[in-house]
Formats: sequence, structure tokens, C-alpha cells
Amino acid sequence: MQTHQFDAIIVGAGGAGLMAALYASKGGANVAVVSKLYPTRSHTGTAQGGIGAALGNHEEDSPLWHAYDTVKGGDYLADQNAAKVLAEEAIDAVIELEHMGLPFDRTPEGRISQRRFGGHTSNFGEKPVRRACHAADRTGHMILQTLYQQCIKHEVKFFDEFHVVDLLVNNGAACGVVAVQLGTGELHVFHGKAVLFATGGWGKVWQVTSNAHSLTGDGAAIAFRRGIPMQDMEFFQFHPTGIYKMGILITEGVRGEGGVLINRHGERFMEKYAPRIKDLASRDVISRSIYLEIRDGNGIGGKDYVYLDVRPETVNRYLAEAGESRRVTAADIEKKLPDILDFCRVYLGIDPVKEPMPIQPTAHYAMGGIPTNVDAEVVIDENWTVMPGLYAAGECACVSCHGANRLGTNSLVDLVVFGRRGGMAIAEFVKHADFVPLPANPAAEAEAALKRIRQSKGKTRPYELRQQMQKVMMDYVGVFREASGINTAIAAVNELRHRYHTDLVIDDAGHKFNTDLMEAWELGCLLDLALITAYSAAARTESRGAHSREDYQQRDDANWLVHTLAFPKDFTISSTGELHVDLNFNKKVDLSLAEVDPRFAPKERVY
Amino acid sequence: MEVTFRIRRYNPEIPGKDKPYWQEFTLKDVEPTDRVLEMLHRIKWEQDGTLAFRRSCAHGICGSDAMRINGRNRLACKVLVKELGARIQVEPILGLPVLKDLIVDMEPFFAHYRQVMPYFVNNSPLPADGRERLQSPEDREKFDDTTKCILCACCTTSCPSFWANGSYVGPAAIVQAHRFIFDSRDQAWQDRLDILAEPNGVWRCRTIFNCTPACPRDIEVTRAIGEVKLAIRGGKRDGIIQVSQIETH
Repeated sequence: MQTHQFDAIIVGAGGAGLMAALYASKGGANVAVVSKLYPTRSHTGTAQGGIGAALGNHEEDSPLWHAYDTVKGGDYLADQNAAKVLAEEAIDAVIELEHMGLPFDRTPEGRISQRRFGGHTSNFGEKPVRRACHAADRTGHMILQTLYQQCIKHEVKFFDEFHVVDLLVNNGAACGVVAVQLGTGELHVFHGKAVLFATGGWGKVWQVTSNAHSLTGDGAAIAFRRGIPMQDMEFFQFHPTGIYKMGILITEGVRGEGGVLINRHGERFMEKYAPRIKDLASRDVISRSIYLEIRDGNGIGGKDYVYLDVRPETVNRYLAEAGESRRVTAADIEKKLPDILDFCRVYLGIDPVKEPMPIQPTAHYAMGGIPTNVDAEVVIDENWTVMPGLYAAGECACVSCHGANRLGTNSLVDLVVFGRRGGMAIAEFVKHADFVPLPANPAAEAEAALKRIRQSKGKTRPYELRQQMQKVMMDYVGVFREASGINTAIAAVNELRHRYHTDLVIDDAGHKFNTDLMEAWELGCLLDLALITAYSAAARTESRGAHSREDYQQRDDANWLVHTLAFPKDFTISSTGELHVDLNFNKKVDLSLAEVDPRFAPKERVY
Repeated sequence: MEVTFRIRRYNPEIPGKDKPYWQEFTLKDVEPTDRVLEMLHRIKWEQDGTLAFRRSCAHGICGSDAMRINGRNRLACKVLVKELGARIQVEPILGLPVLKDLIVDMEPFFAHYRQVMPYFVNNSPLPADGRERLQSPEDREKFDDTTKCILCACCTTSCPSFWANGSYVGPAAIVQAHRFIFDSRDQAWQDRLDILAEPNGVWRCRTIFNCTPACPRDIEVTRAIGEVKLAIRGGKRDGIIQVSQIETH
């Protein structure tokens, strides 16, 4: 076992981790970035359509409108102070990315080009606004590349292919992590004054997902096992337009450029559900609408998918109908959405400029996660008590700026805004903090957990458990939920979790690149997060944002303008039985904008 | 359909498997539209968990799963069974040390990447209005193609010059340099041209053209390398010299 010491340990090398690493480094901290992937493999790179910022490069815009759209998009569960920070600092963050060299598309005047996106409006919901700053349909790729390039320029220290498997806490403070060096199987202890988790989401809990294989929620699960509550886990976003059966994301930018959703009768069905902004309503609204169309037999051929149509003739017909002068050509679509066209041509054999794309909702983004304040400090209860030395940013964190449903483009905004804040907070913290001593035998528990999997002699292969979990969660804790289904899922996943701990078998007993072992370990994270999600979903007896209960169809502001906090109950790292949680609903939603501006007060959400 | 996979295996930890060897696996119920990556997962999950390969996003963006598939460098997640038929051969990419099965040592590849100053340099004062630096759509277009690079190494490990000489920076590093050299906002283009004018820079490229068809992002790699060569020769980057416009003497 090797031990390393750094002021700050950043876990994860996507947008949030790299931004935090850059800022902590610039602030004078000695930083290590520890990632189970090479940084450029991180899932930030797959973000497509754009990053929202009220630059106003095409038409009037304001951060207050962006904050309003974020709060409304989040169905009023977003903490309004966090939404305000997000919207205000987005502008500076995007400009800074440009200064770092990010190759945004340009307007004829040479400014950053912006496009429409779902839920982004001007003047408090009046009409769609061009707010998403884009680099073709590979904006996330450009952000990830640019931040990695800057980290190289600033000589940030990377530990690539080091898989973090435990968080070290001593005397109530975070003091490091334990990681497996994948190439050797050796355990490394990273001792730090500050630890920042930026480990991304856990879409692999569900059967159809846009998420990478590596998105197994490691950071969130590790934190939970060390006693940190998970906040708002019932809110998981299903993006409306995933490629049918495969789940690969088709950006909202397609609809931003004029694409429309069509049912088997050729109807643009969003006109029924969101008369004002139609196909550019929030994602939860559109995903539900697609499910309802399918339920009514309006799916294509009566099946469980609909069409996304961006053929120029379709787009131009609806532009004309809307009285807009703009028209598009096939060449425009090729230029603005090259990767989307490539996905469809490769995976479906379909050319979207000539044929519509078959799509269905796909599990996409965790609004919930590790609770933090706006400085990315992890808070461990409803009283905003900070765990010294522990930080989280990006998708694994819950600030909560997204509330019950994240607005498109705001994931990238979240990364850069709160990654940066986390990095700055860490730089300050480590100037004054001392190293908290490591606990005795810091790697012992992680080693025991891995050894148990490595030597397992049961009969169940990990993929069997994973597939069953994914199906159960898709069927019962997906776009629509109700009590008996959720309870079915809880019982089923607990049973899978029991088998995971008592009847597992893997083939690879080696140490070097034992991906068999690490996949099995990741499955343990997914099972825990699936259960926390289901417990949280069972408890919230209302419908809000991405959490849509068929047995409680109304939003209930009188009782539920609160965050869900799920704490581990009677839990030890080595427990193998059922997982239970203690739920706490005492953390009230921040309504500070509504206190000074009635337009931010919760009201019925129509698009 | 039934598909037989012939996979190049190597496991340094197990006696008898610590020399490269071939192993065949047969899969039933394969759909022609299945991705090779999914089939490798099925082999790993259903038949042999020791099979090791890298993967993440599974749709051709993260660049983890570059492999030599039926003799061509491909991303396993971006090639469908129907393109390949009922016998599919999978090997690690060439020219980098194999560590286990389909996993190669990427460090030499990233070391070359870091050699070319793969980051934006502009030391002029920021715009006084606090906003973005301006760039015309035409100037932005000049380096659009090379911004697509995902560092998967398909190009570099398809290059015979790189196979012969691992000190050559290789196509991917030149693509990354190109992205900055032709960015009108960048100021270190001359430094990068100097780096690439060294013996292990662009002149190791013999225009064999393997890199371009190998690129899963359809980057015109050979063209980018040619443009860098011309910039070095001309000592300037005043617009990209179109290869097609060069007069032959």
C-alpha cells in the first residue's frame, strides 16, 4: 500500500473535477486529481447541445430570467439562492471558458453563438430565448478538452485509472480516500486536507440510459456508506429523446433548431401538453407526454416510441406556421448537428435529414445526490452543518440548483460554476487547515470489501443482478411511479442486494486491470443508490418535476416544499442484509428570491 | 445470428496465458445491429469475466475502446456486427505495449500529446468589456475539423511510421497541435511549429494515409498533417493553405 499526501484530493476528472482542480491549483493548493478513467473519457464530453448563459448575443436576456427558468424548470424545489448563483455566475464562467480557448461557434459579429433550448425563456416564461452557448453539438466535448488542456498547462498532478473505493473520515472530518490503481490492483491511500467528489451520476441504475458504463455513482455511494445523507434522490431526470432501445442521447438542441415530436398519426402532440412553447417545454413534461402518447396507443406502430423529426420540410412547415421568417436547409442541419446525424446513421441506419428518428425517454441525470451549500461544502444534516474538508460538485452533488427537474444546459453550467466555487473554497480552506490524521489501518475496510468480491464463491454473476435491477427500476421507479410498484422495486432490489453479498461469483482473481472485480464493486454502488432512490420515491406523496406519482398526481406545496434527506440506518460498511434509510424532511427549500420578487413564488407550472 | 469472435488474449499474471494467444468465443442470438462493444460485454459477462478491455460512453465520444477489429482500427462501440459478418477478430491496437488482453499502455500516447503544447496560449490583455475575444465564423471554421479529436489513438496506432519509431509524435498529437496552430486567437503557433519541425515531428509522416480512414470522428488527419507541414515550410499560418490548390512544379 502506498500513501500520498496532497492539500486537496479531487475525485473525478470531468468538468466539475477539472474546474475545481484548476481553481484550487491557481489558489496555491497542492492538488491531485484521482480518476478511474483517463480524464478525457469523462462523461462531460458527451454533453451536446450547449451551456446556458444570459449573454444576450442574439436577443435581450438576463440572469434573472435564467434563474426564473431554472426555478420553474425545477418545479420550485430548487434552492433559489443556488439558482441565482448559477444564473449570475454562468455568464462569467462561459466567458472564462472562451478565454481558455474553448472554440464556441460564432455569430457573424464574432461573438459566442447561442441557440434555443427547452425551458429557457425571456421575460419570465414569455417566449423561447437563445441562451445555450454551443460548439456544434459537442459542447461538452469542447469543455472537457479545454479544461483538461488548461490542467496540463498548469501542471496539475493526475492519477489516471485510479479507482476510488472509500472515503476516509476521522474525528468528523474528511481526510482522504482509498483508491485501487487499476493497472496493478494495488491500494493507494490519498491523505488530504480537503477531498472533493466530482464523480458524476448513476444512470446505470436504469435499463435505458444515456449514461456511460462508468456512471455507477461511486462517489455518492461511498459518501452514503460513511454516513452522509443523500438528498432528493427520488428526482432522476428522464431525457425525452434517447435513441429507441439504445438510450443514446439526442440533444434538445435538435428541438432548439426546430425539430418536433410526432406520434403515429403525424401529430405534433406537444401542442396539446405545452401550448405555449410546445417541444421546448421542460424535459420532465415532455417525457411524461411521450409516455402518455404511448399509453394511448399513439406510439409509432402502437409501440413504445415516437418520432423526433428534424427534416427541413417539417421544420420549415412549423416555422411558417409560427410566423417565423427563419428557414433551414439540410446543410444547416448537417452543420449544427453533425454528431447527432452521425449517431443515427451509424446506429440506426437512418438519415435524419430524410427520415424521422425513433426516440424514447432515457434515464439521464441525477438531480439529487450529496448535499452541498453554494461553496460546494458537503452538508450533513438539515441545519446545513458542514463536514470539514469534504466537498462535492457536479452531478454527484445536490446544491440544489436543479430542484425536481434540471433544465437543459444547466448541467454544464453547474459543473463550471460550482466546480470553480469548490476549487476556490478549497484553496482558502487548505491555507489554514491542518492535516487531520488518517484513521488506523485506513485501507483495511476497502481491502476487505474487495477481497470478499475477489474470493466470492457463489452462483450469481454480477450482470444477472445488474440487469434485474435495471429492469425493475425502469418498470417501477421510472417516469411514472405509484406506491405498490415502488414497494415491489424495494423488495426486489433488496433481494438482489442480499444475493450480491451472499451468492456472487466472478471469474478474475487477479490484480492487474481486474475489470471483473471493479465492475462487481460498482454494482454494489448501483444497488445501494437504487434502493435509496426507491425509498425516497415511496415517501414523497406528491408529484413534482421528475417525480411523478400516479397515486398522488398533484404537487403539494403545503407539505412538500422540503428536500428529502436519506441517512443510512443501522448501517455498517460490511453489512450484507437489507439496506434501510432514515428519511428526514426538515430541510426547507430556500425561497429567498420569492421573498423579494413574487414572480418567484411557487405557482402552477405551465409551458 | 451466431457470431464467432477470435480475440487476442494476454494475461501477465497467469502462467500459460502470459504470452499472447488467440481465443475463440461463440455468441448466439446476435442482432446485426448490435455493437461489437456489446458483444464483448456479453462474452465478458456470460462466458469469461477475465476478458479485459476499456470502455465508457459506448457511443463513440469518450475514445476508450479503440481496438483493431478485422484488421482495422475502430471504436468497438461504433462498429456494428452487420459490417463485419459472422467471424470477427479483435486485437489490441498496435504500437503501444499490451498490458492485458485488449488494454494497451496509453502513457506513451499521452506523453506525445503533451509534447505539442496542447493548450490555448494568449497573453494579450483580455477584452476591456469583460466579454469574449472575437473570432469570425470563417476563422473558427479553419480548425473546426481538428477540434473533434477524442484522443482515442486510432490514428496514431494505425501509422506505420509510428509502428517503426515510437518517438514520432504521431498523427493524434499533430491533430491536437493543428487545432491551436490555426486558431486565430492563439499566440503560440510558432512554438508549436518549431516543436513539430524537429526530427520526430511532422516530417516522420510519409503520407501513408492510414490515419484518415482510421479516425472514428472522420477527421481528415492526413490533410491536417499536410497543413502543418506547409505552415512550417511557409513559416506562416495566414489562412490554411488548401492542399488542393498547391501547384505542382
